[in-house]
Amino acid sequence: MKKNLTAWLCLLPALVFLGVFMVYPLVDVLIYSFEEGYNFASQSFWGTGLYNYSYVLHDPYFIQALKNTFIIVIITVPLSTGIALLISLELSSIKALRDFFQTVYFLPYVTNTLAVGLVFMILFKKTAYSDGLISILLQLFGGPSVDFIDGPYWAKMFVMCFYTIWIVMPFKILILTSALASVNPSYYKAAQVDATPKWRIFYKITLPMISPMVFYLIITGFIGAFKAYSDEVALFGTDLNAAGMNTIVGYVYDMLYGNSGGYPSYASAAALILFAIVFTITTINLMVSRKTVYYQ
Amino acid sequence: MKIVLQHLTKRFPNRNKKIKEDVIAVNDFDFEIPDGKLIGLLGPSGCGKSTALNLICGLEKPTEGRILFGDTDVTELPPEHRGVGLVFQNYALYPHLTVRENIRFPLENLRGSKKLSKEVMEEKVLEAAKLVQIEELLDRRPSEMSGGQQQRVAIARALVKRPQVLLLDEPLSNLDARLRLQTREELKRIQLETGITTVFVTHDQEEAMSISDTIVVMKSGVLQQMGKPQEIYDEPVNLFVAKFLGTPQINVFEGKVKDGKIYIGDSAVLNADSLKGADGEVYVAVRPEGFVVDSNGPLKCNFLNREVMGRDTSVVATHPLFMGENIRAIIPSEEEIAPVDGCVGFSLKPSKVRVFDRVTEERISL
Amino acid sequence: MNEQENKKIEINSRRAETTRKVMMYFLLTLWAVLVLFPFYWMILTSVKSYGAYNSEYVPKFFTLSPTLQNYVTAFTAVPLAKYFFNTFIFTVVTTFIMMIVVILSAFAFARLDFKGKDIVFAMFLSLMMIPNELVIITNFVTITNLDLRNTFLGLILPSVTSVFYIYLLKENFEQIPEELYKAAKVDGTSDFRYLFRVMIPISRPTLVTITILKVIECWNSYVWPRLITDDQNYFLVSNGIQEIRENGFGRENVPAMMAAVVVISVPLVVLFLIFRRKIMAGVARGGTKG
Repeated sequence: MKKNLTAWLCLLPALVFLGVFMVYPLVDVLIYSFEEGYNFASQSFWGTGLYNYSYVLHDPYFIQALKNTFIIVIITVPLSTGIALLISLELSSIKALRDFFQTVYFLPYVTNTLAVGLVFMILFKKTAYSDGLISILLQLFGGPSVDFIDGPYWAKMFVMCFYTIWIVMPFKILILTSALASVNPSYYKAAQVDATPKWRIFYKITLPMISPMVFYLIITGFIGAFKAYSDEVALFGTDLNAAGMNTIVGYVYDMLYGNSGGYPSYASAAALILFAIVFTITTINLMVSRKTVYYQ
Repeated sequence: MKIVLQHLTKRFPNRNKKIKEDVIAVNDFDFEIPDGKLIGLLGPSGCGKSTALNLICGLEKPTEGRILFGDTDVTELPPEHRGVGLVFQNYALYPHLTVRENIRFPLENLRGSKKLSKEVMEEKVLEAAKLVQIEELLDRRPSEMSGGQQQRVAIARALVKRPQVLLLDEPLSNLDARLRLQTREELKRIQLETGITTVFVTHDQEEAMSISDTIVVMKSGVLQQMGKPQEIYDEPVNLFVAKFLGTPQINVFEGKVKDGKIYIGDSAVLNADSLKGADGEVYVAVRPEGFVVDSNGPLKCNFLNREVMGRDTSVVATHPLFMGENIRAIIPSEEEIAPVDGCVGFSLKPSKVRVFDRVTEERISL
Repeated sequence: MNEQENKKIEINSRRAETTRKVMMYFLLTLWAVLVLFPFYWMILTSVKSYGAYNSEYVPKFFTLSPTLQNYVTAFTAVPLAKYFFNTFIFTVVTTFIMMIVVILSAFAFARLDFKGKDIVFAMFLSLMMIPNELVIITNFVTITNLDLRNTFLGLILPSVTSVFYIYLLKENFEQIPEELYKAAKVDGTSDFRYLFRVMIPISRPTLVTITILKVIECWNSYVWPRLITDDQNYFLVSNGIQEIRENGFGRENVPAMMAAVVVISVPLVVLFLIFRRKIMAGVARGGTKG
């Protein structure tokens, strides 16, 4: 009896915090999303139904955000995972400078995304004084003068994806190098003695052995990319709608707060749509991984 | 401090939830451990000996029965109030504390009037360390020591509070052969020096035989036999005890008693006048040292090979009525064996032959 | 197999090996440059004078007259020190409270027996799947209604629990051998003394990992502080930097901006370089950013 009490007392802080800031909001967000015409000031609404969802789905800003998010996801997830895999493979097969490279590659993880985003903006932005370093480099090779921050959509998307990949690389490289390090080296020795070509070793031994980690990265990569927001703010400022670079999460926050804010119902509906998308993609990912991943 | 166990029983719910019946880990233990003795609780793994130990130290509560330390009933007393010291197979030293801090740990728990000053603690730590001869290791961490040293620290930690009872759970099992030998002598010395009633659990019969004053043999929660090591070896009450004690194992044959003679197959291997009129199927068990090579001997076995062990020789042979794989007989190394057609004859020393009922496996005294 | 042929194979394989090595180091160096360049650029720009920077149509890759004036501007023109201090307070307090909450919960799950433990733990685990974005809306409303906007309490409260860390620590606690607990029990150690004297010291690597991850998370947090603060006095560095970017130094003062960026980045980078191995091992063991 006494033990029961102690245990519950130990759990009390966690239960209270989780209850107030996780469980209750979870119920609440569902309710919000069905309350039509919710007014934040008077805390009143005039009906219940699916209007919020329909509004959000017809909002051109939301459509734009959806499109942006999907492009970011489709480009950055495979690309970052692939490059990370390549780099990790190389990292694990060298000895000299390995520690140095690993340390360097991890640096973006510990930096403030907002702060470094500013540096990227400076590098890519065209101002009255300068075309920006990247644009100038491009022109050096005969390219056009492009403003990557306020210019054409493809240019903005390029910077966006580039920065996203730059940000997510450290984690992926780290996870993959530790996965590679845990593969028993005797497999490689055995394969080498059998004169197995390098690419075959990769496909038949390395990849299957680290496939659970690769899938883990793909799944978390999808989830993370779908929730992209602060990297966009870092590059294009808080008014993402004006820049045409908003994301779903950005749309949610804009609906909640700021110049266009004050609509928690729309925000909730958008958040739930996002959750549904992420949930679906994750489920598909898990189903695919169950079929293909080799588990020890 | 003598320990009295009165009808001690411990039942656990079966881990396989489909089986409703409880597992009886300790079944009706009823015996007394005399003051100041070293007792070995011996049995194969899973026989409930660790549970018995946990009951004595209070980490588990019995389902039925009572435990008395001296004349005090401690059945309901939590472990910390029983005044016991406990040593584990894997030492259970706190890895982040030095040897000194490990030994001091139990003393720091004392509160109120029992609270000790720093100096007294230090004194006691030193005393305990001296007892197990690790004074020079006090500032090391467990990871920097050998298994034997770690076990000494664990013993010192158990002894520092001057417990009334010292309990050791497989104390030597994690040590290699040489250290095991050394540490068990050490254990005996410490026990004699302190005079603390000590109970230790082991599955190694040799270990139990070598240092216990009394051995308690257990099998599936049931006490089989309790007595001095030599007594149990010489006069096992049943086939299980006979087989469990002694290496190489006792050699068991299917046999029968007829007309005051003991037969293995068709050959009468031994006279047993006392069994006249008690004809029937039996097991005939022969200690390895009970064989005498004798080409005219009544027991003819198929010779396989001989293993030289230096001091003596082990003869490996087979027999159709032998229970198990191979017969092992120990003979003096100077003795010659001359198998005829792959056959070797033995006669048996009566003092080394035990007979057990075929059905109950109880001992039939000759 | 004759000797000549073998020699040929040897030479060929050595040549292939060398080419491969060169390619590898080239690619690795390329990525290292891509990673390091922004850092170089921000430091470089931060020591260029305002005039020099704006007069360079083609930016120079070095400067011959470095100046610290931009750092002075960064600290005087905007309340950068205030942002710093806020972030420091926020990080320390949040991490500290979270550690207490996490340790107590993990202790209850790992060491104590109570009715409904399995159910409660399963519920905790299922909460791990809930994305922050889903609950932030209501939390925003809750904090606003509690009148906690622009307060440290409002900033801190929603981020002092982490189911993931509770899970991580519980697993770690459970790896401590049962015998240690038994030994402590026989010696009359109370559960809480056992927690403080044995469990916490043994689990120190995990606790350090959790602390580091939380500190990184706190230092970089942007979304929640942005929602909950609009008073500069409560801005964290992320919001500060956004504020500098949008309203800046009165005019577009890129070098000063970069100076601010350097100042903000330095603490974590230094922390990382000191605890490099611990941080990387910790993140590898199961941290995701944000």
